[in-house]
Amino acid sequence: MNNPIPPRASSPALPPDGKAPRRTIDIVNASLKRRYAREARFRFMGAAAVTLGLLFVAVLFADIASKGYTAFQQTYIQVPVYFDPAILEPTGTPDPQTLAGADYLALVKASVRKLFPDLTERRELRELYALVSAGAPQQLESMVIAHPSVIGTTRDLWLIAGADVDMLMKGHLDRAMPEADRRIKDGTIALIDRLAADGRIEKRFNTGFFTNGTSREPELAGIAGALAGTFYTLVLTLLFSFPLGVGAALYLQEFAPKNRWTDLIEVNINNLAAVPSIVFGLLGLAVFINFFGVPRSTPLVAALVLGLMTLPVIIIASRAALQSVPPSIREAALGVGASPLQTQFHHVLPLAMPGIMTGAIIGMARALGESAPLLMIGMIAFIVDVPQGFTDAATVLPVQIYLWADSPERGFVERTSAAILVLLGFLVLMNLAAVLLRRRFERRW
Amino acid sequence: MHTWTLLLVLLAVMALAYQAGRKRAITSAGGAGRINTLHSLPAYYGFYAALWAGIPALLLLALWTGVQDQVITQLVSADLPPAVAAGLSPGELGLMLNDVKNLAAGSIVSGEVTPTIQAAADQYGRLQGLARWAQWLLVLAVALGGLALALGQTRPGLRARNRVESIVLAVMILCSSIAILTTLGIILSVAFESFQFFTKVHPAEFFLGTLWSPQTAMRTDQVAAAGAFGAVPLFTGTLLVSFIAMAVAVPIGLMAAIYLSEYAPRGVRSTAKPLLEILAGIPTVVYGFFAALTLAPMIRTVGESLGLAVASESALAAGLVMGIMIIPFVSSLSDDVINAVPQAMRDGSYALGATKSETIRRVVIPAALPGIVGGILLAVSRAIGETMIVVMAAGLAANLTANPLASVTTVTVQIVTLLTGDQEFDSAKTLAAFALGLTLFLVTLVLNVIALHIVRKYREQYE
Repeated sequence: MNNPIPPRASSPALPPDGKAPRRTIDIVNASLKRRYAREARFRFMGAAAVTLGLLFVAVLFADIASKGYTAFQQTYIQVPVYFDPAILEPTGTPDPQTLAGADYLALVKASVRKLFPDLTERRELRELYALVSAGAPQQLESMVIAHPSVIGTTRDLWLIAGADVDMLMKGHLDRAMPEADRRIKDGTIALIDRLAADGRIEKRFNTGFFTNGTSREPELAGIAGALAGTFYTLVLTLLFSFPLGVGAALYLQEFAPKNRWTDLIEVNINNLAAVPSIVFGLLGLAVFINFFGVPRSTPLVAALVLGLMTLPVIIIASRAALQSVPPSIREAALGVGASPLQTQFHHVLPLAMPGIMTGAIIGMARALGESAPLLMIGMIAFIVDVPQGFTDAATVLPVQIYLWADSPERGFVERTSAAILVLLGFLVLMNLAAVLLRRRFERRW
Repeated sequence: MHTWTLLLVLLAVMALAYQAGRKRAITSAGGAGRINTLHSLPAYYGFYAALWAGIPALLLLALWTGVQDQVITQLVSADLPPAVAAGLSPGELGLMLNDVKNLAAGSIVSGEVTPTIQAAADQYGRLQGLARWAQWLLVLAVALGGLALALGQTRPGLRARNRVESIVLAVMILCSSIAILTTLGIILSVAFESFQFFTKVHPAEFFLGTLWSPQTAMRTDQVAAAGAFGAVPLFTGTLLVSFIAMAVAVPIGLMAAIYLSEYAPRGVRSTAKPLLEILAGIPTVVYGFFAALTLAPMIRTVGESLGLAVASESALAAGLVMGIMIIPFVSSLSDDVINAVPQAMRDGSYALGATKSETIRRVVIPAALPGIVGGILLAVSRAIGETMIVVMAAGLAANLTANPLASVTTVTVQIVTLLTGDQEFDSAKTLAAFALGLTLFLVTLVLNVIALHIVRKYREQYE
């Protein structure tokens, strides 16, 4: 190490009376042990802080992954369904109108009952019907409407199981608990065990999670609506903030005269980057919605707010990228007769582009995870339909996570965690893209 | 939807204008062989024509989209039979016009459909159809007019490049003014509503009152008819949560920065630093979920086993998780400033016989202190403005307490709660959110300005 340790051997023995003034080297030597201990302690504290920080990362990911991985599977129950013409076509004509209005719940009930013909009591029947999800009639309806030829035949179908059954199959409900405290009663568990013995209940990959909109029933809730809303919002955000940000950065970095006005703009941009996001939500509510009349809850207004939020990020990153292009490039272009703008657009900007893109991706990643300002502008509405455009009411993935996290049903905990995993997956991809872009195109001058 | 179509059509017109302008310039020069007689490259004549075709039309389109709905609503309400309109308060009139719009759009109507409303809805639909046609015609006419103008001007002597470049420069100046406009927008929107709030509730009550119970009475005689808007419990709650967060983030963040920049081998540094920064990239809603579903129950169980009364939404859980979130913020800012301390200062200290930790404590940290303080101030402003963690993990009860195990509420939580329910823009309850927003904005503004100033001064010192 580079600590200049004085040689200990050089100190002569003290005079016998011990009263002679001590030499500095003795004082130093006497304190060395303590000082080295302190050094080791300090170093250990530093290492501990880093370890603690990394531990937090690990715990956070492990906690969410362990809660969420089960949501990628869904319990299904195999039921032989007889598509009874008496229920589906009471009038005897198979036109779409009657098919759409038929009593599919009765169909589901009749089919499930056939699995357990021995049950007759009301309570037992209620438990039996609760085995399959409230979405099962919908499942049958879409099948009948797509293929009317199934009417009159019997098919072995895998119907979505109810939320409680799903939770039990995934081990989130404890069988050992006393029955009175349990959400799922002994009778239902017995039914599930009989189904399991017949091989009629199993967990499969949960495609519904990626293709459904949200729902009040956890087993039917999916993130398709939130993903579509996020997509539309981010596209618009990029369209707003990228051209504006690059334009502003070009002007401020390359053209702006040094005066009070540009100083003010500069302080402003740095400050905007640190304004709490919720304040941007207030801005969106008061200015965009109430003043300009932009429709609430839409990707359009969300993108306006998020665009303003990401603007400082993009400007700051773009300015850094422009600054790293050496002046010789500009001088060479100007020297062969290019105008200042041609110099920028033909030479400097293309060379700075990888840096600018990296900044834009990082800005987009931040916009993707943002939820607080969106609560202010009505993105928390309960919207089942998948949005089809920029002006449809929509929600975004982080807000969907917030809404599900608030739901009391046990089934939503795993859905929320799974949605978080999807969100984190996108964030990792975006950051990876930024890193790769930087590695691939970054030039050292 | 049709606005988007029009926008696309306009873009197509601009592309055509570019081609036309370019061709026109080449022919006016006397063929492709003689383009050296042109002042600018042919492409600039194309851009010139495209800009003339696009910009006025785009401005018109934006203006039109902004005012169309208001103008039509005005026209429809002016045409309502006077007998109907006279008996309605402004609020009822607004509701009725809403019904008219819904009926015209074919969606569900709240009240029953009277002939008056039906007639108004028919008129509304007719006017809307008319406006749509007029918009298309006018916008396209302006675009083609601009194109004709530009083509008419095109001759070899036209300084097309200079004109195009000055327009581009003007657009860039406009882009950079957006930042100012945003700040102005924030101040104006928040200040205007806050001013209205302060005409209803005295500022002294808001800033000094200790009872927070935001509600507006439906009837004057109901229980707790007068809402109380004393924001002190919110301020103390915010400070408590932020204090816990900083108590976690500052020691860990600072020590991690010191270790990574002074002790850690290169390999450890290059892996640990990005891993720590992952914490800064995790969305806050994820932290909120973690705080509410994992940490809060854990703290509660531990607290109860020690015989302490812990609220299920304790300030501690929110503060701890917020602290974790802020660690990378503190550590990367401190890392920057520690690295900026010149090596010569360390070498001087070593030469006097100081150990590494003594050098760090007595030389490096004092030298870097202004920068570190600046970074911590930025982190504090971040903690005060953080929303999702406290919304999900801290409570709604406005308790005036310093007990970290009790439930407190914060400024941001209240803003969200007040603004996500039903809103009326004249009730003190909704306006209170904007007054809180103004306070939040001003406090973080002051913190940011001081912090950024300190950091900048510090950088200059060693450059």
